[in-house]
Amino acid sequence: MAQQAKFDVPKLREYPIVPRVREGAMQHSKPFVAKPEFQQPLGFPGELVDNWKEVALGKMGELLNKYRSVQVFLDICVKCGACTDKCHYYLGTADPKNMPVARQDLLRNVYRRYFTFTGKYLPKLVGAVDLTQDVLEDWYRYYHQCSECRRCSVFCPYGIDTAEITMAGREILDSVGIGQKYTNEIIGKVFKIGNNLGLPEPALADTLQGLEEEVKADVGVDVRFPLDEKGAEVLLVTPSADFFAEPHVDGLIGYAKVLHQAGISWTLSSYASEAANFGIFSGNYENMQKVAQRIRDAALDLGVKRIVVGECGHAWRVAYSFWNTLIGPFDFLDPKYPAPQHICELTYDLIRQGALRFKREANDHRVLTFHDSCNVSRGSRMGSTPGGQFEIPREIIKACCNHFYDMAPETIGESTFCCGGGGGLLTDDLLELRVKGALPRMEALKRVVDEHGVTHMAAICAICKSQFSKVMPYYGFEMDMIISLHQLVGDALDWGATAAH
Amino acid sequence: MALEINGKVIETDEEGYIQNLNDWSPEVAEKMAGEDGCELSDNHWEVINFLRNYYQEYQIAPAVRVLTKAIGKKLGPEKGNSKYLYELFPYGPAKQACKYAGLPKPTGCV
Repeated sequence: MAQQAKFDVPKLREYPIVPRVREGAMQHSKPFVAKPEFQQPLGFPGELVDNWKEVALGKMGELLNKYRSVQVFLDICVKCGACTDKCHYYLGTADPKNMPVARQDLLRNVYRRYFTFTGKYLPKLVGAVDLTQDVLEDWYRYYHQCSECRRCSVFCPYGIDTAEITMAGREILDSVGIGQKYTNEIIGKVFKIGNNLGLPEPALADTLQGLEEEVKADVGVDVRFPLDEKGAEVLLVTPSADFFAEPHVDGLIGYAKVLHQAGISWTLSSYASEAANFGIFSGNYENMQKVAQRIRDAALDLGVKRIVVGECGHAWRVAYSFWNTLIGPFDFLDPKYPAPQHICELTYDLIRQGALRFKREANDHRVLTFHDSCNVSRGSRMGSTPGGQFEIPREIIKACCNHFYDMAPETIGESTFCCGGGGGLLTDDLLELRVKGALPRMEALKRVVDEHGVTHMAAICAICKSQFSKVMPYYGFEMDMIISLHQLVGDALDWGATAAH
Repeated sequence: MALEINGKVIETDEEGYIQNLNDWSPEVAEKMAGEDGCELSDNHWEVINFLRNYYQEYQIAPAVRVLTKAIGKKLGPEKGNSKYLYELFPYGPAKQACKYAGLPKPTGCV
């Protein structure tokens, strides 16, 4: 089912080739700007402020002090070029401003002009530029052509993290009143309703009840989807897409089946009905804190002993890397378990204890590969050993599927390619960017499809799943080739023995 | 952006979703579908009407499983799946059908 596109869809090639530079190839790409009603609840001006230049430089100065990493990253680049062919958006669009170094330079050149001695007095010598309307517009365009995936930082000999530069760029844009509609509208919905979708409690309850009926009809077992049950052992927070969309919902069904078979009492929360935290995308600490706080409050209110995070890439990065300082300490949780714990860690522990029974043949009609999501791969971990975030999902797949093949090593693990829709870019107004940015992943997938007959790609991130469902048809793949990892688990669970139990 | 129906101008957002949900009428759906080169059949209307009723009760579009189950009951089990919904609404049942039904676009990682 090929999709008609209003732009040229890249061709899949046998071997990836770094494209020749095409100046301005994505100059036209920018997301919708947030209206005042989406800006104000987040504490940002409704529209471009009159003294925007002063405000922007003030904010830049503030961020340089607050996040020393940003200043270090702006200072230490030696233009070695190692990052230039590492960004999926450069590889897919050929726009030189999508080379990570060029993306950083958009901020770096202004930083030099106003914050360094040579830039102030000899700007031309160091490439320092004045902050003009054109520069501001380039920031808006190209800081919304970075998915904050951090692949480039893996290859940078200095460890410069372009994601942090992008976050700083977006935060400055928000502070002068030019926010991105997609991200900011969603953060507002979390403040107001509790999740990205704006799914109110009665609709959530109705949806969960429907899922209980569906699972009962499928496997004949009373698997529950509890909501707001005080005293449960586990609070599960998961992206709200898991309630709403396909293939996400099959992952949610998988978590519920695992928890049921292991006999773990658990609950969802209607107050904290969202694991995602778009605060990280816009780089704004206060918003990120406020979104995360709902989860701590719900955990305390429900009196749970463990917090488990569902399949969501950036939610896991925020939870694993930042929750402790954002909303910790977690001294009220059971110290026997990691706080927070990833659903894959939970499932993997149960597998190792022999607490789950599988009929692996149930997945024999599928040949699997696994897409590492960027926010899980880089800057977070699972389990207690380095690389656990790569090993654990694969071990789970192998425990419940007979046919698994990895994609090429330079496209997975720490070097994984972004799906093309991460970092707040999963919006239709950026469709061209999303389709083109998916090229490196699509080429890697094509190779395992051709060589091993791979039929499905599993993922553990709501954004990856939605992005792939949308863009895969442009490359000639079926949209349902993308699957939730926990659907594989759920489908393979053997209920023969428990029906009696 | 705006949509003109029988001489009345209806405000829409950047993506063509109507701004004021009370502005909706069946003509709005027909007009939007026409612009997408799509003709609304009775089966399209089953989906649109279900979305509107659900929205009135819950202030949100139904989750895809809620929708497929309801459509399966109405139009037969072979149609109660998202493949069928994508045949009806190739841009995605959640987004395209919501737009025609005059509901806000579902947001988030969907």
